[in-house]
Amino acid sequence: MQDKPILQVKNLVKQYGSGCSVCADANDEVLEKNICPHCRTVYACRSISFDVYPGEILGIVGESGSGKSTLMKCLYFDETVTSGEGYMTPYEAGMANVFEQSSQQQRLIRNTILGMVYQNPVLGLKMDFSSVGNIAEKLIAAGDRNVQRMETRSKVLLEHVHIPLTRMKDEPKKFSGGMQQRVQIAKALSNNPPILLLDEVTTGLDLSVQASVLDLIKTIQRELGISMIVVSHDLAVIRMLADRTIVMLNGKIIEQGLTDQILEDPQHAYTQQLVYSLI
Amino acid sequence: MQHTTHFALFDEGSKKEIRRAILKAVAIPGYQVPFASREMPIARGWGTGGLQITLSIIGKQDVLKVIDQGADESVNAVNIKKLVNKTTGVETTIETSEATIIQSRHRIPEVSLTEKQIMVLQVPIPEPLRWVEPSEFKTKKLHAEKEYSGAWLQLFEQIMKYGKTATNADHPVLVHDRYVMAPSPIPRFDNQKMHQSEALILLGAGREKKIYAVPPYTDVASLAFEDYPFEVESFDEKHCHHCQATNVFMDELVDQETGETYYQCNDTSYCLARLNEQETLLEVAVEHAR
Repeated sequence: MQDKPILQVKNLVKQYGSGCSVCADANDEVLEKNICPHCRTVYACRSISFDVYPGEILGIVGESGSGKSTLMKCLYFDETVTSGEGYMTPYEAGMANVFEQSSQQQRLIRNTILGMVYQNPVLGLKMDFSSVGNIAEKLIAAGDRNVQRMETRSKVLLEHVHIPLTRMKDEPKKFSGGMQQRVQIAKALSNNPPILLLDEVTTGLDLSVQASVLDLIKTIQRELGISMIVVSHDLAVIRMLADRTIVMLNGKIIEQGLTDQILEDPQHAYTQQLVYSLI
Repeated sequence: MQHTTHFALFDEGSKKEIRRAILKAVAIPGYQVPFASREMPIARGWGTGGLQITLSIIGKQDVLKVIDQGADESVNAVNIKKLVNKTTGVETTIETSEATIIQSRHRIPEVSLTEKQIMVLQVPIPEPLRWVEPSEFKTKKLHAEKEYSGAWLQLFEQIMKYGKTATNADHPVLVHDRYVMAPSPIPRFDNQKMHQSEALILLGAGREKKIYAVPPYTDVASLAFEDYPFEVESFDEKHCHHCQATNVFMDELVDQETGETYYQCNDTSYCLARLNEQETLLEVAVEHAR
């Protein structure tokens, strides 16, 4: 592992609502979970900071509503952050705060540096377009204008995620959930992004499909050395994939460290409850 | 002639608003300018966008030509001509070179246009990204960010499905290296006529309430992949069965009795002009022979 992180996030804040005098400093005593009882402002992410190193998989766990997905959406510029800084080494040598860039620049970062796999394939895929077209979309967005090259690349990726090439021209709406998820992964990988964001990729899939998707992710990471952020509420997934793990609760990081350490010796009361409630 | 309505139907305030939209459209080539589309004496979808532009820019000295799918004499073209003539007294023509304003549904005439002419095209769907993105809010953003993957993706899908781009008409174009634009459903054959056109081209969508423009001498490039170059409809070895013209956009017709296919110029006034010319030449030749 190298010393310089590929992605640095500092004090990321995302709130829905303008806030009021009661919740101005947004501390735990005032808020009900992460909502201000007075003005109903939701503090989805409260000063989140973390680093991701090249080739590393960072896990993020936490219950529903803890801010995991909002964090991912902020990182992929689907949501605008309220405040905070983010630096990505492949962009401007990691000197520019990506959250302050223009929407064109953010789109460029999205198209060339990031890959995203959503929990719901509807968000990541165009269901009425062919699978090969879906993968090509990302390549087109990154500036490719050669049909032959894009088709070849799509075929390689579809084979990689075990989609039979006889179905490459089928629309994802004709696919099972697991297949849709695999097309999404192929799309996210299409232009070799150095950073891949995975939001609850296996949630809702049956166990055998889950296993094959996880296997795929692990293989990709080993072969391509891509850095990943994996969000899940499933500790088994985190245990299998993540090198380091962050535990989130009510929009804050309450514990972080090596995955084994957190699962074997949880320090925070919530983490303890989470780990021991594993059936 | 006794006018019973205001000159060119509209009140001056309406014309001014539409002209302002046109000026903005000319200033930003390919950008769709919203405007307050008026209620018209013809139904939306029947050329109200083009008609509103025509009525706003027409003056007493103008000469108007209206084409409907290449034909000057179709019901729609004739009625629009009548309406404009009755409300302005302006002369109408079928001769392309005589017209100062040419309102057209889905064709650009075969005769090259000049700086003194304005081409007005009627547009049903002005948004080239509509097929991939139904939300207007989002397409506006995509245009702002020059994010045109959607338009390219549409062509890519066609290549995957049919082995070639299958846009019969309305093949998207990049205007002045900035905005991707729907050229209105003109055949691909006419796309190239927009590039560095000497005449000002105005496009109006009445139902969708948008006006956009290609100013004279503007670069217009049809979208095409490196390995699938843009191709126009081919009429190689075909000729018009009336005037024998080649290299023009032609309609394919089938003889009901013999089952044979034959072709004729889609641009009727061009065909007629050629026929008249041939006839004159023939008369002159006959005269000489005597």
